[in-house]
Amino acid sequence: MMDVSPTAFYFFAGMSIACALTVVLSKKPVTSAFSLVLTFFGFAGIYAALDAHLIAALQVLVYMGAIMVLFVFIIMLLNADSPMFDIKRNPPWIQGLLVAIAGLFLFLLIHAFQSHGERGAPALAGPHTAEVIQNAGGNTKAISALLFSDYLLPFELTSILMLVGIVGSVAIAMRKRSSE
Amino acid sequence: MIATWMVLAFSATIFCIGLVGLLIRRNILILLMCIELMLNAVNLTFVTFSKELHHLGGQLSVLFIITVAAAESAVGLGLLIAMFRTLRSVDTDHIRLLRD
Repeated sequence: MMDVSPTAFYFFAGMSIACALTVVLSKKPVTSAFSLVLTFFGFAGIYAALDAHLIAALQVLVYMGAIMVLFVFIIMLLNADSPMFDIKRNPPWIQGLLVAIAGLFLFLLIHAFQSHGERGAPALAGPHTAEVIQNAGGNTKAISALLFSDYLLPFELTSILMLVGIVGSVAIAMRKRSSE
Repeated sequence: MIATWMVLAFSATIFCIGLVGLLIRRNILILLMCIELMLNAVNLTFVTFSKELHHLGGQLSVLFIITVAAAESAVGLGLLIAMFRTLRSVDTDHIRLLRD
């Protein structure tokens, strides 16, 4: 059991599921992009309800701010907002089969999650209980202290990843000069 | 009060919606969005277990996953621009340079 308010959870979860379905099923890419923004907003609300305040803020800043601006910018840049409904291109039985496979996968996942608390090995609780985090000065301070002590190497490797990402995306998207 | 498995079931639902989208859509932009959906579902699982098991390592993993997702979407959209420049389309059915 988690001390999460059911009203907030059902509101944000329902909104996220509805908007995620809109992302998959809408004809126009812009509709999908803005539904995805609302989905991320629902996720940010659930993170906040789960006391992951830094993650909730990062969700809003990085996902809803940076990544979605990138998506909408690309849609506008490529003028790719022509309605295309490519779902109808497959025969219905193939789509039904794919949805059934995903549904089976979902059923297995939910069954595993539902039974892990009852039949699984007893969970070993870690050191960061609510009181410890409170005494350390809150969620953000506790995460930052861990990030710059125990997780320093992955944190520094992240900067290399970002550098590779920047160089790679520029190199891929740059127009080739044919005259040289 | 919410049972833990309900939050996990919610993230599994979002993951499967993203998976279905990845399987049935042909627009590369939508495919990238579905990948973001699936990454977010995994993030929520990490945060849930981080809270349930009283360990902040899960939330730190989410930080790194967000970084990877940002780099992935930057590179993916760069590839999309390169594809659009060559094929004048964002439809995966039009990627058939090796077949023709």
